Amino acid sequence: MRSTVAALLAKELTLEWRTREAVPAMVLFSIATYVVFHFGLDRDRVVGDLAAGVLWVTLLFAAILGINRMFVAEHEQGGFDGFLLAPVDRTAMLIAKATTLFCFLCVVELVAVPAFALLLLGPPLTQALPQLVLVLLLTNVGIAVVGTLVAGLAIQTRARDLIVSLLALPLLVPVVLAATRAATPLLQDGGAGALPGNWMAILAIYDLLFALIAYAVFDFLLED
Amino acid sequence: MLTGAFALVFFYAPLDVDQGFVQKIFYVHVPMALVALVGFIVGGAFAVMHLRTRESKWDMRSYVAIHLSVILAVGVLVTGSIWARASWGHWWVWDEPMLVSFLIVFLLYATYWPLRFALEDKEKQARYASVFAVVAGAFVPLNFAAVRMAEQYIHPQTGATIAGGLPPKMALTFVVALAGMSLLFVTLCKYELASKHATYRLRALRRRLAGDDDELTLTGRSAAPQL
Amino acid sequence: MQSKLNVSCRHPAPARYLPPRPSSVLPVPTTDPVLALRGAGRRYGERVVLREVSLELERGQTLVVFGPNGAGKTTLLRILATLLRPHAGEVEVLGRSLPGDGYAVRGRIGFLGHEALLYRELSGRENLRYYARLYRAAPARADAVLDAVGMQARADDPVAELSRGMVQRLAIARTVLHEPELLLLDEPLANLDPAASAQVAPLIGARAPGRPTRVVTSHDPSGGLRDADLALGLKGGRVAFLAPAAEIRPQQIAELYA
Repeated sequence: MRSTVAALLAKELTLEWRTREAVPAMVLFSIATYVVFHFGLDRDRVVGDLAAGVLWVTLLFAAILGINRMFVAEHEQGGFDGFLLAPVDRTAMLIAKATTLFCFLCVVELVAVPAFALLLLGPPLTQALPQLVLVLLLTNVGIAVVGTLVAGLAIQTRARDLIVSLLALPLLVPVVLAATRAATPLLQDGGAGALPGNWMAILAIYDLLFALIAYAVFDFLLED
Repeated sequence: MLTGAFALVFFYAPLDVDQGFVQKIFYVHVPMALVALVGFIVGGAFAVMHLRTRESKWDMRSYVAIHLSVILAVGVLVTGSIWARASWGHWWVWDEPMLVSFLIVFLLYATYWPLRFALEDKEKQARYASVFAVVAGAFVPLNFAAVRMAEQYIHPQTGATIAGGLPPKMALTFVVALAGMSLLFVTLCKYELASKHATYRLRALRRRLAGDDDELTLTGRSAAPQL
Repeated sequence: MQSKLNVSCRHPAPARYLPPRPSSVLPVPTTDPVLALRGAGRRYGERVVLREVSLELERGQTLVVFGPNGAGKTTLLRILATLLRPHAGEVEVLGRSLPGDGYAVRGRIGFLGHEALLYRELSGRENLRYYARLYRAAPARADAVLDAVGMQARADDPVAELSRGMVQRLAIARTVLHEPELLLLDEPLANLDPAASAQVAPLIGARAPGRPTRVVTSHDPSGGLRDADLALGLKGGRVAFLAPAAEIRPQQIAELYA
């Protein structure tokens, strides 16, 4: 199992490195969205709940770009069949894909969050960076798991991009909700407030539950 | 039953002190919401059965449960916003967790049909729809928990106080209305299932009459499951 | 072992034909069929694409499948490869019944379909190494099969830049990477020139080392029947004929396509 996941993961990262299909697009999209927010809100700096909202809505939409691309190579180049023919545990695909998306999101945030701090954020990013990173990581897990599931559901359909967005947005509302609530005190002017534990708990529970659900149903998406 | 319930609603239940006549919408709105939510979860449970047994009848049941629940959900959103207008003065109230959760759940389930329709192979359609129904069914309670946590609680505490907080006359009316709504739901499910069966049988017979008992007579793509 | 190496003397690569790995099941008596289908069928929606296929194939034998496009050849192969589940009848592959025991036979089947199942942005070598890891084969096997199909020189180019014949050779390399006991070959020589066909014959031919059992689809009456033990004709998803290859007359095949 572990070696299968490693093989899949190596393949995913090599492919992304070769084609540079998802991550650069996600980064550019995020930065462009900040610019749009700047004009849309007509503000030079955002603070607190507004900052958290802008940050996570942008990341969510950028993630959807990545989710749309997730299984395209598998679907179009026979990767699904190749994988299904091999004597391996099918859950490895779920784990490898979710990990890949998680990595992509982390890389995107490495650029997008500093860019956000530079372009829009009022208080300095450094005032609560460790807590913010924790919120980001928990959010990424949730988006990665749900995104993999949604991408798997949509890949065989004709209107793939449409279905991905329609499914992912409602399913990820609790993640965005919890993440923005958790991050609001971190992005306040005049020093960061405490990290709200209950929202972190909600995020963690959501991640865990959806990981279990994905584990239970993902095999059915790979058959036939 | 439902007629009886409506009779009770109008003639038996006392007027609410604060809210007056509009409060009566409560007897429609809340049972509808509860039945729709249970319907979503039941649809998910049927979908689990379909994934386990691969029998198309479970997919059909899941489909019907979700179909009717979505219709009820529209009713819930409409009656909810009428009620909100009457008691709080706005058609839509964002700090109202039940209504917001319901909207999110409704948006999610509205994708059920595009998803089904976008898959051509019937078997695959059934399987993917079932996966969707399971995921969404699990999402329903989770979503309510999260949204409820987010908003301060101004919704009339109907769910929690069915047994205790209501005056007995209201409670009786409510229980009767809930039972009526559940019965209506079950009856509609049965009716829709029967009609789907009949359509399918009819088509099979037509094919038989046409003389080709196995060649394909595709009837156009559809989002509805087939047996 | 020695005899296995003899076959490959044209391409000296020591690690190429490792003896088959011990499989998890005990050696089966030779009378046990490698393939056993009893009334196997498959629907696609309401359309029946394969019905009532019953046959048995002994270890080391070759079954050739003829039929026009849409006759159900590919469906049959995909069922045997565990990619599709049969909707009717029983299917046993390598002594295990499908679809329930699919996991137990996957590593012992080599499937070559219409698609190469290779990532276009990766090189041939990277693709084969990836599959070697999935099949838990030694990484050296990837190089050995690249040698065997004569693709060592272009092994590091992205698959997207290769000609169709080269891609087909890589696909054949992928198929035999894990030394399967059962080969399922859907028109294996498509897009190959005669020289390339001769080159891959030691890998997927009837006399390939280890004498794998083979199921081959073909449109070519004479070429298909050569080396075949059993011939199956499919038309519209139904069995048109099933007989020892030696008894099949050319016009029987021609009628299929009429």
